[in-house]
Amino acid sequence: MYQVGNLVKELSDKHGRARESLMPILQGIVEKHNYLTDEAMVEVARELDISAAEVYGTASFYTFLDTSVRGKYVIRVCKTITCSMKGKAEIIQTLEDMLKIKVGETTSDKMFSIVETNCIGWCHKAPAILINEIPYTELTPEKVVEVIKGYMQKKIITGTHGEKRAK
Amino acid sequence: MGKKGLSKVDLIFEKVDPKEVLTKAFKMTSDGIIKEMLDSGLKGRGGAGFPTGLKWKYTAAEKEPVKYIVCNADEGEPGTFKDREILDKVSYKVYGGMAIAGKAIGARNGIVYLRGEYRFLLPQLMKELESFHKMISEIGYDFKINYCLGSGAYICGEESALFESVEGFRGEPRNKPPYPTTSGVFGKPTSINNVETLVTTMMIIKHGAAKFTELGTKDSRGSKVFSVSGDTPTPGIFELELGMTVQEFVNEFGDGDTKAVQVGGASGFCVPRKKFQNTIIGFEGVPTGGSMKLFNSSRSMYNVLHNYLDFFVEESCGQCTPCRVGCQQLLKGVEKVKKGEVKSTYLNELIKLADTMKIASKCGLGQSVGNAFRTIVENFREEIIY
Repeated sequence: MYQVGNLVKELSDKHGRARESLMPILQGIVEKHNYLTDEAMVEVARELDISAAEVYGTASFYTFLDTSVRGKYVIRVCKTITCSMKGKAEIIQTLEDMLKIKVGETTSDKMFSIVETNCIGWCHKAPAILINEIPYTELTPEKVVEVIKGYMQKKIITGTHGEKRAK
Repeated sequence: MGKKGLSKVDLIFEKVDPKEVLTKAFKMTSDGIIKEMLDSGLKGRGGAGFPTGLKWKYTAAEKEPVKYIVCNADEGEPGTFKDREILDKVSYKVYGGMAIAGKAIGARNGIVYLRGEYRFLLPQLMKELESFHKMISEIGYDFKINYCLGSGAYICGEESALFESVEGFRGEPRNKPPYPTTSGVFGKPTSINNVETLVTTMMIIKHGAAKFTELGTKDSRGSKVFSVSGDTPTPGIFELELGMTVQEFVNEFGDGDTKAVQVGGASGFCVPRKKFQNTIIGFEGVPTGGSMKLFNSSRSMYNVLHNYLDFFVEESCGQCTPCRVGCQQLLKGVEKVKKGEVKSTYLNELIKLADTMKIASKCGLGQSVGNAFRTIVENFREEIIY
């Protein structure tokens, strides 16, 4: 659990308090804290003057707006057909063995979560994962170990597109 | 037979001077731009293939003072990744296309709805947008583009679901009519176009409709960016002239053992080897938003179908019953057939269900689940059963 503090107010000042500001505000909270707590959603509802049910109803529709605990690094493994054909299962197995958690779970130090996701648009470089927003592609079990080790050791691990991790 | 064969084209990624093309476009009248699009025969590149010129014409005809041009960059169809590449390499042409559309329909505001999976592109895209805004104000034209980010929902690629998402709601498709051209985002007349479509419109202004119609066939004008993946030695993004047969495509991209090509992603059509020769990729045959997935004989088409159905069960928004329940029952159904819990003739019942979904579902998602289902089950029935 985290304390949402002034973040909701800051985000509302930035994006506005109209209904169309809801998504960017929720995305902003997730970017910082990885998932949405009940407290955060109630706070957003108060700030935007809408019911908390509206906020939860919207958040729970979107896969990337998690409403259950997620680690600092959310590893989304693409499970759609091409990635599935090109070794997704081995990637999941490697991650599970390395982090000692199953798909859908978060490590006890709240650093990593593993989830499966639908097509992320890297089929020509399958199998692919996203760690938070950064894509890593053409993975092998060895490459995955290298990437995750890098994250554990706080090294800069450049993604396929050249982005470096933000946090 | 495709009279055209397979030929590579460089239109979408071709470098152009945006200032020159836009200056030319802004000197044209709204009717002039729309006529150019109609003459070009351009159909939307997102998959549905609605004529772009008509969409602009309808939106232009609306009397509302505030209108929007929306760029649909919620590229979620399994096997499609060409819009990511287009945005990455030539976003200025996407913005340019939006400004041209704006001029045509009378909109001063544009929105790009970018899928959450592509958030890593956003800092770069915003920087390029800044330069674009600067350039366009130098020309003396008033047009502004904003970004909206998705959060991992395939259904938001459906136009009205996308509007709901932009407005801050669950991405549930709306009833139609009214169509977006009358009442789109924020209830205003809206032209919503795919990333590639917008780039193409800019190239049509540059080269002229007549030049564009030299490419492709009567029903499928121009060229198209294809996303090639699966069992192929050369996966990637390729711009090809429309009109080739699946056979010609397989000759170029297959691994010598291709048994099926899924054209148009999970919501598209499965073409088996025996039909390669006589199937044209395009609106006269099998249409595609760009997704081309090749499967060789080592692949189980049951696994492919199962993967697609799994996808639809998760991505159905759940709003309408035919789609929500239909997707689940199709998945359960093929599992039961595979396990031998029901007779193989149960597949015929499932095909009927898929047909019902096509008629009764509210939006394109539920309506197109049957495309892959029917074509895989009919062509690879024994693989589904045994």
